[in-house]
Amino acid sequence: MRRKLGYADVTPKNVYLSRRTLMAGAAGLAAGALLPGGALARIAAEASPYSIDATPTAYEDITSYNNFYEFGVDKGDPKAHAGALTTEPWSVVIDGLVGRPGTYPLEDLVAPARLEERIYRLRCVEGWSMVIPWIGFPLADVLSRAEPGSGARYVAFETLMRPEEMPGQRGFFQPLDWPYVEGLRLDEAMHPLTILATGLYGEELPNQNGAPLRLVVPWKYGFKSIKSIVRITLTADQPPTTWNLQNPREYGFYSNVNPAVDHPRWSQATERVIGGGIFAPRRETELFNGYAEEVGHLYAGMDLTVHY
Amino acid sequence: MPVMQGAGAINQALRRLPTWPGYLVGLVPAAYWITLAFQNRLGADPVRTLEHELGIIALQFLVAALAVTPLRELTGVSFLRFRRMFGLLAFAYAILHFTTWLVLDRQLDWPRILADLVKRPYIILGMTALLMLIPLAATSFDRAVRWLGGARWRRLHRLAYPATALAAVHFVWLVKTWPLEPLLYAAVVALLLAWRVRGAVFSRRRRIRGQRAA
Repeated sequence: MRRKLGYADVTPKNVYLSRRTLMAGAAGLAAGALLPGGALARIAAEASPYSIDATPTAYEDITSYNNFYEFGVDKGDPKAHAGALTTEPWSVVIDGLVGRPGTYPLEDLVAPARLEERIYRLRCVEGWSMVIPWIGFPLADVLSRAEPGSGARYVAFETLMRPEEMPGQRGFFQPLDWPYVEGLRLDEAMHPLTILATGLYGEELPNQNGAPLRLVVPWKYGFKSIKSIVRITLTADQPPTTWNLQNPREYGFYSNVNPAVDHPRWSQATERVIGGGIFAPRRETELFNGYAEEVGHLYAGMDLTVHY
Repeated sequence: MPVMQGAGAINQALRRLPTWPGYLVGLVPAAYWITLAFQNRLGADPVRTLEHELGIIALQFLVAALAVTPLRELTGVSFLRFRRMFGLLAFAYAILHFTTWLVLDRQLDWPRILADLVKRPYIILGMTALLMLIPLAATSFDRAVRWLGGARWRRLHRLAYPATALAAVHFVWLVKTWPLEPLLYAAVVALLLAWRVRGAVFSRRRRIRGQRAA
């Protein structure tokens, strides 16, 4: 059922390229990486059998409709403010119950990886979804290289805390406690579907999408896929997670996509499809966002209404 | 009663203004947002944007209607002639907001719409506010005041207070954290309602004092 379908199959290349060129010019993006003499810096990535057979959402929608509260709570804030974020140099601390703890420069994490394109559906807890052609590599690669200790059962993640460059982290009125933290059970983190993404649509990740390195866990609500990661810690105990701290009744540690378990304030049975205009039909939300076959066994015997 | 300098002149100017063009002007934002929606120019999530903008404008007209009396008592400037228009425009936007939700957002999926209407507090609040506005819109013409009698009509139209309060809470309740915008609306509505409570307390005290004196 799943087969590799490149974005080039669905978006005519000239349309896609001209859209990128226009956007880069209009938004005054740091166009260096995008437009050296008109040639786009494409990231070489292999197709993946884990990609879904679905039409990717337009690049513009993926990069202009974001929840990244470090830059503001409106969907347009990340695109408006994330340009100021410095992503070079970047390093990630890997610590906790690992054999090889340390501060790893981003290049050292990415260089040994075989980059793949993974076309995943992203389902937001707010009730909408988009299809994103990520570029990334399995988180398991990084974790294995760090040599998890025998007592490690969870993985904790942390986003950059840098108020000078993240307007959502400064000022009087702040919606969340910073830094943003997330977590997975070790078996979830080691699952081949779980990736660290460095790009989308064949190019480097735009800052508003979590540059330079973000998590993507396609069977969980989007907020689990933490952005702009600076720390990965292996732990024995379940780590705290930001939305769960903010409202434990509404956001659980697991937060698996599940049409049968409603958010206390709204139904999760269906989702608005981003990018289809005002008459786009709603989509029936699938258990584990369509990955029940691949990940269902991780939750065998668990009551998903309790472990939401 | 504190009265602003020049309030009389402003009132005189306002009295010369006809009210009917206000309805047309008031519906311009609706035409604007609906046109953009049909042209698919409302960004990545146009249904949500349209729904949100129409709802916000409904709330703004409710606030405008509730602000008429405090403004007159504070400054002497009276928009009383325009209050019916504010109320009817609020009702029109609430209907458009509700229709957008029903048709474009929930796509007439009746079983799920009905489930939401009985299960989701923020939807129940919004729906209740809209239902409260219906008798107000239905009795907004001059003859209705005569049929009902002034006192009864005024009592009925106090429904505008709970309707606006529910609309403001509906807004706060549907967002994920505590963003500023819905809280600001809630604060303004709270102030406008507090003004009524204060007024009611004062007039009761005056009445009681009057009875004692007699």
